[in-house]
Amino acid sequence: MNYLETDLHSLHQQLVNHELTAVDLVKSTMATIDEHESQLNAFITTNQKKALAAAEKLDAEGIPADNLLAGIPVAYKDNIVTKGVRTTAASHILDNFNPVYDATIVEKLEAAGTINVGKTNMDEFAMGSSTESSYFKPTHNPWDLSRVPGGSSGGSAAAVAAGDVLAAFGSDTGGSIRQPSAYNGIFGLKPTYGRVSRWGLIAFGSSFDQLGVMTRRVKDAAPFLTVMSGHDGKDSTSSQRPVPDFSQFIGQDIKGLKIAVPDEFFGQGIADDVKAQVEKGIKQLVEQGAIVDHVQLPHTKYAVPAYYVLASSEASSNLQRFDGIRYGFRAEDVKNLTDVYVRTRSEGFGPEVKRRIMLGTFALSSGYYDAYFNKAAKVRTLIKQDFEEILKTHDLIVGPTAPDTPFLIGANVADPITLYMKDILTISANMAGVPAASVPAGFNAAGLPVGMQMIAKRFDEGTIFRAASAFEEMNQYYLEKPSFKGGNA
Amino acid sequence: MISKDQVAHVAELARLSFTDAELAHFTTQLDQIIVMEHALAEVPTDGVAPTTQLTDTENVFRDDVPVTDGPSRDELLQNVPESKDGLIKVPSIIDKGEADA
Repeated sequence: MNYLETDLHSLHQQLVNHELTAVDLVKSTMATIDEHESQLNAFITTNQKKALAAAEKLDAEGIPADNLLAGIPVAYKDNIVTKGVRTTAASHILDNFNPVYDATIVEKLEAAGTINVGKTNMDEFAMGSSTESSYFKPTHNPWDLSRVPGGSSGGSAAAVAAGDVLAAFGSDTGGSIRQPSAYNGIFGLKPTYGRVSRWGLIAFGSSFDQLGVMTRRVKDAAPFLTVMSGHDGKDSTSSQRPVPDFSQFIGQDIKGLKIAVPDEFFGQGIADDVKAQVEKGIKQLVEQGAIVDHVQLPHTKYAVPAYYVLASSEASSNLQRFDGIRYGFRAEDVKNLTDVYVRTRSEGFGPEVKRRIMLGTFALSSGYYDAYFNKAAKVRTLIKQDFEEILKTHDLIVGPTAPDTPFLIGANVADPITLYMKDILTISANMAGVPAASVPAGFNAAGLPVGMQMIAKRFDEGTIFRAASAFEEMNQYYLEKPSFKGGNA
Repeated sequence: MISKDQVAHVAELARLSFTDAELAHFTTQLDQIIVMEHALAEVPTDGVAPTTQLTDTENVFRDDVPVTDGPSRDELLQNVPESKDGLIKVPSIIDKGEADA
């Protein structure tokens, strides 16, 4: 099975009509993954044996006609814990970690009949924008194998774009679902902070982290998000609000939809080819009846510095738990307990993770807390207020997702700040906790994908589905298939 | 300008160790990042409250009763690097012969 020529509803019909069994689907999915892996490196671990067992069980029980997700193979970013399936966060410090429980989203999605075919590559602990900081290997972009897939959910994005799976799950702390979705020409949604339980997501920046879904087709993401969402006693930040059936928003027209286009999203540092595609897209939305206003989000330029202090501070605290005592890698030949901690962490973490732990520890340390952490937390309030103000009078904020198109593997590894700037357009939504998606917006002259970002009010993912599905309908960019050019990478 | 000594102090707080060459490299990179952070100082924030969480709630409580549907002790010990008699084994806190350290 290659998912480039089908969608969720057609697959479901084939399964219900017995034209296809869940076992067939898992076997052919595994075959496609195997065929692509030498070029893509999208997966850290594949889950063939358990996936086949789950499919056999489903076939024996029969695929229910009223459950779209039953028997559908999916993949999870490797920072989402899966019982009995190795989960590494792409770090040496967890490379032998075998979770004894499932993340809440895994529990919910498996209860709905989806089948986990594997764990996808990512930047170590989700820290990065290119999937190059993975301990294991860099992932390649299926549209051009010499280029990065973005990050940190680069493996999930590449796997979906290449047709390995219909849907993959990722986490988004500062753009880690949306930026790789833009780089791979797929749809990727970061829901509202609180919409989806993070129980079982290996924590990075707890006041930013959110789990979301990535698919080629907008409409295919909706039923997955409906199942993933909702309150969970195990994550007290998850919201009690009722969860709508997100599929109801697919195909609704966008007449009268009020769209804000921030000047700052088209300013310096945004590539001309990206601007041109997104501006073209905004014109199309207007032709369909949307009303566009040009607005200002004046604190946008402070989003990157504020985010790196706050998220790194939270990370420095969250990553204290990796000390070689209860799970994961433990350094050998140590002389005392402190030595276990220091040697395990120094040998177990990669350079980007250490950089952020150091920055966070510095920003929280005595004498610097007010100037760095507290200042950044105040600037966060101003960024959040900018968004709340605009969203009082508009349904959506629209602009580019990433400032550029996929760059060459290795081009930015020595320059952390250039890499941090790749998140300049995505970070603000995490700062404000609002839902945001990247929607395919066509290609530049080199055939590289461009993403259009749609940001909505808190808990209004429905408007994103409405506008994104209308936009998809107008363009049908999903008919384009990745070229896998620049092989032998 | 952040100094190498400051970076070494932060490394100690973070339970990380670096070689001299790594320390020099990290000092340069952290300094660049901290210079980027100085942009925040231009933002007037007098009277602005910090945002540290985004939930609509203050505190979340549950009844103080044991959780009984969690993983068993054996399961929890599965990933422990070294265990003995159902307990996690760790090296001694003080080196042999360095009791006065």
